[in-house]
Amino acid sequence: MWENFPLLPKRASTFAPGVDALYGFLVGMSLFFIALIFILITVFAIKYRRRSAEEVPPPVRGSLLLEIIWIVVPLGLVLAIFGWGAALYFKMYGRAPAEALEVYVVGKQWMWHIQHPTGQREINELHIPAGRPIKLTMTTEDVIHSFYIPDFRVKKDVVPGRYTSVWFEATRPGRYRLFCAEYCGTKHSEMTGWVIVMEPVEYQNWLSSGGGGRVESLAQAGERLFQQLACDACHREDEGGLGPPLRGLFGRPVMLADGRTVVADEAYLRESILNPDAKIVAGFPSPSSMPTYQGQITEEQLLQLVAYLKSLGEGGGQR
Amino acid sequence: MSAPMVESPRAWRVNYLNVSYGIRSWLFTTDHKRIALLYLVSVTLFFFLGGFFAVLIRLELMTPPGDLVQSETYNRLFTMHGVIMIFFFLIPAIPAVLGNFLVPLMIGARDLAFPRLNLLSWYIYTLGGAFTLAAAIFGGVDTGWTFYTPYSSTYSNSNVMLTAVGIFITGFSSILTGLNFLVTIHKMRAPGMTWFRLPLFIWAHYATSIIMILGTPVVAIAILLVGLERLFHIGIFDPKLGGDPLLFQHLFWFYSHPAVYIMILPAMGVINELITCFSRRRIFGYSFIAFSSIAIATLGFLVWGHHMFTSGQSVYAGMVFSALTMLVAIPSAVKVFNWTATLYKGSVSYQAPMLYALGFIGLFTIGGLTGIFLATLAVDVHVHDTYFVVAHFHYIMVGGTIMAYLGGLHYWWPKMTGKIYPEGWARFAALVIFVGFNLTFFPQFVLGYLGMPRRYHVYPDEFQVLNVMSSAGASILGVGYLIPMIYFIWSLRYGPMAPENPWGAKGLEWLVPSPPPPHNFDVTPVVTGEPYDYSPESEREHAR
Repeated sequence: MWENFPLLPKRASTFAPGVDALYGFLVGMSLFFIALIFILITVFAIKYRRRSAEEVPPPVRGSLLLEIIWIVVPLGLVLAIFGWGAALYFKMYGRAPAEALEVYVVGKQWMWHIQHPTGQREINELHIPAGRPIKLTMTTEDVIHSFYIPDFRVKKDVVPGRYTSVWFEATRPGRYRLFCAEYCGTKHSEMTGWVIVMEPVEYQNWLSSGGGGRVESLAQAGERLFQQLACDACHREDEGGLGPPLRGLFGRPVMLADGRTVVADEAYLRESILNPDAKIVAGFPSPSSMPTYQGQITEEQLLQLVAYLKSLGEGGGQR
Repeated sequence: MSAPMVESPRAWRVNYLNVSYGIRSWLFTTDHKRIALLYLVSVTLFFFLGGFFAVLIRLELMTPPGDLVQSETYNRLFTMHGVIMIFFFLIPAIPAVLGNFLVPLMIGARDLAFPRLNLLSWYIYTLGGAFTLAAAIFGGVDTGWTFYTPYSSTYSNSNVMLTAVGIFITGFSSILTGLNFLVTIHKMRAPGMTWFRLPLFIWAHYATSIIMILGTPVVAIAILLVGLERLFHIGIFDPKLGGDPLLFQHLFWFYSHPAVYIMILPAMGVINELITCFSRRRIFGYSFIAFSSIAIATLGFLVWGHHMFTSGQSVYAGMVFSALTMLVAIPSAVKVFNWTATLYKGSVSYQAPMLYALGFIGLFTIGGLTGIFLATLAVDVHVHDTYFVVAHFHYIMVGGTIMAYLGGLHYWWPKMTGKIYPEGWARFAALVIFVGFNLTFFPQFVLGYLGMPRRYHVYPDEFQVLNVMSSAGASILGVGYLIPMIYFIWSLRYGPMAPENPWGAKGLEWLVPSPPPPHNFDVTPVVTGEPYDYSPESEREHAR
């Protein structure tokens, strides 16, 4: 009977057992306190029920010892729970393992656009291999969405104007539901899809069959766009361009004209493309001579450009 | 001159209800007791309107596909349900009805400090309500009661501005009520009514008033900024205009989390009065309960970020907010344990108000403990924005606040109206509400952990069984809320006359006749002892 009436979702990621263990502890603790209060109230209410209308019970003062007990014990408990929950949270929302496969997600009322680094594109489906960390870098074209896979115990909001990321590692091949968890308008409840977890071999087959998408990699698409938009006219390979050279830029610190130093991460690249004046590199004129690309390119194209710039930075070639 | 009056069993006496008649005498009254009744009528109307939307929501969710209404309609239904229930029922219910009636009576004052301001606050509330009703009539609003940007500021095509103006205006009635209570409690206590002789109902309203005054302006600002962005495209929240969508969440929750405590603190205040009266015991740990209200009000302003654990805010911010949120569990636990201990060696009777109070403790305990689940970072990542959250806050706000509100209404009904309601029906209703409530909302905890997101019009088949259970429970709950409505109205006409102090309760409000005279006390009372002094010796000396 419990087959048809589960109390927990499937456990299909490396995070799921940890979250369920903590949840189990919380359920146990709650049952204990609910039982305690329920039994005490029931016993008192029966034992000390009013026997005559005139009855006036003897006065009982408070008890400092009891007050201290029921302050200190719950305090210890909740702080322990806090530490347990924070440790797991830190793992989930912290830095993804270096070997993680990076997938890009763009939310749009009311669908999920997925781009793989190898160029496959999907809508409302995400194909991934089991047993390998996956890092999602996400943004949205319009309102806030939230990427939620209950069977993985993973959720992260997808916020316009910035990149958010989350990572996970699926453990069991299968089809798992994908929901949008942040209310996003009329068809919010239809902004759903599937995460398809495959054995690594199957996944390779899916990739080489093109996964139904194009064969050009994300970075290649970005490179083509880079030339189409004539970015390379100013951002030249040598030092002589109107804009700073971009090879080897990703992940490095950049000196700014105002003396600050920032790390060239995805958010920095994104901002510099959309709003070139926001951060001027030291030695370049302010205001920038670069036009803004706000509204000129889509979030997906932006991700392609970022992927291209990353490919220039990390190892200097296309991955 | 006139014929001598026939002596009725109880001599005719001037009270606040019969002192004057006619619609004008109500609409221009400055008597806090009459204003409380004006609020009673208004919040009851909004309660049943919000409940009507809930009925449609539960009917739609009986089946997985969206078949009863369209998505546009469904989204408007849950938004209007939330907006009306929170801003027009739960926030004003206990302070503006019971608080308005009882704060002056309990501290031995003639009225609130600013009677005209008190009337003004009801007019402001009514005006805000009119805007929100207009928004509903012209097609509703579909942003969710949380108005998250940039959806609310740029993308929604519904009546966002009309609703926002309604909430903005109503906020001022909260501020005025809070201000009135604060000044009254500080300046108008009867001789001998020291801070530690105040009934805990007053402490709870004091804490609530602080939140109303400090928090409400912030949500007003947030709403104003959404308006500026919607009307004039000033970039505040929408990144396409250069804004930051998360800024709205910070501003909104800075008020709306403390607002949750505006709803629950007065409820806790009511429970103190009921538990002591129906166990004939001085409250266990008076000062701990008093300061736990202040602690909840204070901590309430430091925990807003727990609504944003998955929003992309810094991991470290999440940790700070999680730790602080955990601390809220302490004052809440202190209250529950002290209420339980108050029953010990008491003289416990099970009249209707006490059944509501015991029901409150049960539901609040479950609601509070599940709050710890949501404060736990890793668990919240999974259950955030699912039905687990929906179940949790209904346990606190409906299971808690409405149980306490109804309990208080039953307890003070004889004082407010001078009439006795049928006790058997009242106990029956308390039971029906308790059972119906649990059947409605307990399945939603399971549904949430299984992963069903909230605000879903269409949902996968595997969630149907639990949704049907919830809808079935809601039908029982709905009946439970209608029963008191019926016998309360019945009692106004047919109920027996209430004596001065039907429950044998302590407290200044029970020293005046039922219903009280227009100016409450013929002689200003002098307080000589602690509250809830049910000891045998006090029987003589406390009585006046």
